[in-house]
Amino acid sequence: METGLAIVIGIFFAVSVYLLLSKQLVRMLIGVAILGNAVNMLIFTNGRLTREVPPVIPADLYVPAEVTANPLPQALVLTAIVISFSFFAFLLVLAFRAYQELGTDDVNEMRVAEPSNDPLPPQGY
Amino acid sequence: MAGSYPSVDVDFSQAWNLTPVSAADWLIVAPVVISMIGGAVCLMARKNTDAQPKLGLIFLVLLVLASGGLLLRVLDKGVITMVMGSWLPPFGIAFTVDALGATLCLIASVVALCAGIHGAATVDNTGRRYGFYPFLLLLMTGVCGAFLTGDIFNLYVWFEVLLISSYGLLVLGNERPQLDGAVKYGILNLIGTNLFLIGTGLIYGVFGTLNMADIAIKISEMDAPASGTLATIAALYLLAFAMKAAAFPVNFWLPASYHTPNIVISAVFAGLLTKVGVYALLRIFVLIMPASREYMADLISVVAIGTMIVGALGALAQSEVRRLLGYLVICGIGSMLAGLAIGSTVAISGAIFYAVHSIIVMTALYMAAGVIYQMAGSYDLRKLGGLYGASPAFAAIFLILAFAVSGLPPFSGFWPKVMLVEAAINDSRVWLAVAILLSGFLTTIAMGRTWIYAFWRGGPEGTEDGKSVALSPKTLPIPAASWVPVCMLTALVIYFGLQPEGIMHLSAYGSIGLIDPQGYVNSVFGGAQ
Amino acid sequence: MRTVIFRTVAPYLTALMVLFSIFVLLRGHNEPGGGFIGGLIAASALAIFGIACGVASVRRAIVFHPMSIAGFGLLLGAVSALPSLFKKQPFMTSQWLEFKFFDVNVALSTPLFFDIGVYLVVVGAISSIALALEERESD
Repeated sequence: METGLAIVIGIFFAVSVYLLLSKQLVRMLIGVAILGNAVNMLIFTNGRLTREVPPVIPADLYVPAEVTANPLPQALVLTAIVISFSFFAFLLVLAFRAYQELGTDDVNEMRVAEPSNDPLPPQGY
Repeated sequence: MAGSYPSVDVDFSQAWNLTPVSAADWLIVAPVVISMIGGAVCLMARKNTDAQPKLGLIFLVLLVLASGGLLLRVLDKGVITMVMGSWLPPFGIAFTVDALGATLCLIASVVALCAGIHGAATVDNTGRRYGFYPFLLLLMTGVCGAFLTGDIFNLYVWFEVLLISSYGLLVLGNERPQLDGAVKYGILNLIGTNLFLIGTGLIYGVFGTLNMADIAIKISEMDAPASGTLATIAALYLLAFAMKAAAFPVNFWLPASYHTPNIVISAVFAGLLTKVGVYALLRIFVLIMPASREYMADLISVVAIGTMIVGALGALAQSEVRRLLGYLVICGIGSMLAGLAIGSTVAISGAIFYAVHSIIVMTALYMAAGVIYQMAGSYDLRKLGGLYGASPAFAAIFLILAFAVSGLPPFSGFWPKVMLVEAAINDSRVWLAVAILLSGFLTTIAMGRTWIYAFWRGGPEGTEDGKSVALSPKTLPIPAASWVPVCMLTALVIYFGLQPEGIMHLSAYGSIGLIDPQGYVNSVFGGAQ
Repeated sequence: MRTVIFRTVAPYLTALMVLFSIFVLLRGHNEPGGGFIGGLIAASALAIFGIACGVASVRRAIVFHPMSIAGFGLLLGAVSALPSLFKKQPFMTSQWLEFKFFDVNVALSTPLFFDIGVYLVVVGAISSIALALEERESD
């Protein structure tokens, strides 16, 4: 089970790196989203996998009656999902605004902050 | 407890910290809580642009007081720990504060207060409505949380808090260059935190714990603490935090974005954000994974040398004051990494001292650039000139800051460089010492040129020698709120330069606490019983 | 998108979804659910309302600016962690207040208020992003 997931995670990472190396902002954003999912699955797999027993303690007990799934990675993944979701939403708006204002989604052509024809600095004193 | 549960005899002391917590220990969380509540209140009152600076400054002053109290408490009691929700570590999230975290937290709060004052003059009503003060306070929540937490996943969360607030600050105003800079800053920093998260996931997979003290114990008990998965984790952490700190091969996002927002926001970023990355490197590689640090020491020194030289040369090649300063931020990061590469007590305390110095001086320099802009209406060295005639006092202040950032005595940059060079020579890393001195020399040239062009010569390019051009009077006088914080920070620079003993003791205390983690571990597991 | 059927159904759908989100929020303490997922449901309810009836009417309907709602949620979350100060317990230790209200056991607790805070933060933040995107669409 872990091995299978590890392979899937590897594929996810490969896809996200490939997309992140692209010049188009939209592809990079998809790459970021996939990267986030890959990391979440990695954390989840690192917590070891247990089948079909939710880590919920019955109301009349203080400790779980049987071995349950590890709840901590679920909490970590939930946190990470929340964070990567909000970042993705923000970056989406940002990319859209950047596309509207800069007129391009090619990161090589985004040279407003760093003009490519910047004159040389003053030479000498 | 809820009454619907059956009353069973359960020994809660196995899972919970049942000893009463004194009110003074609440100082541990006070910086985070104050800045979070302040951020929330300012966010709710966003439309009321007149009240924003007052509200923001009240909370920033409270933040400084709380961090100051926390530092005094740490100096009095040693490392202190508070566990969230009473859960005992390693199960609960622990806030563990040592001298390093408390010192940086105090300095960061002071810098944020200065930025808040400066912002009262330079951030207009639109900026206030977009949320300058809420985001500044939330940024401080993230920064203080990162300095104070003792849990590695929690560190990730605080990194994200400060990152999302920094996005908010970076796009404040929605100018075209800002959007351009924010795209690069946003995506690269998000990838950096994702790398950090991968490392953390692997740490959890190997050790089953996320508490820093617990991980430090488990790593110190291992046979080969720098091989296998741990080598991967260490490499991931190094890359992730090097990205955060803008170290050499992954530094390009910083000069692409730091000059785009309002100058006071650049000042806060330059002071705080990269230093949080350096702090995380120190915390992880000295306290938790010392064997991996030794293993990668040569790599880190190459990175440090590259960072220093690239930063200094980049600064020489700029004519825009803000971008020049951006490269100087990078250059300073190199010096701190040099301390990490050497790893002796003196080197680590030099790095901590340098971090303190760099936080103060970089913020002050950016704010001073803001004052230059208010006086002359430009950031371009070619268009600046004659400012000495307009304000000799301010020219002197800028010269002091230029000396400090170049590491010239008698200002705050001198002492950490002495410590770092001494440690590098003792560790027979001569090239590191040479790089530190060379970067200081190049920085002197860059800053000296800036001062001569902006202040000393008579006027902008094309002015005849010996003549001076008067500035247009409508830009003068400069509001007090924009030069007072620069003076405050410059006073600190002079004080740390003339009286370095206090901060040297603090950084030595912090560095000993990092190199020998016993006090840290005892505080987490002993104090919380 | 703005068909008659959709515009007629949307207000009821929104009301139902907001109600359901509150149910999910309150159920969250002992069973699956909670502030985050409840907040997402409520934010999507507002997004649907925005698609059907326009962003302006959503802004009128929720009275406060979404970011103010998020700020209030943040405040509530932070403050709910503080009461343990007065019982000499560490930060965020949960406190309970139980009383009978018409023969029903009501257990008020600080985690509940924390969860409501999370709910409001999520509703505020996500709906402000969603509304901003919807506003642009109609330009």
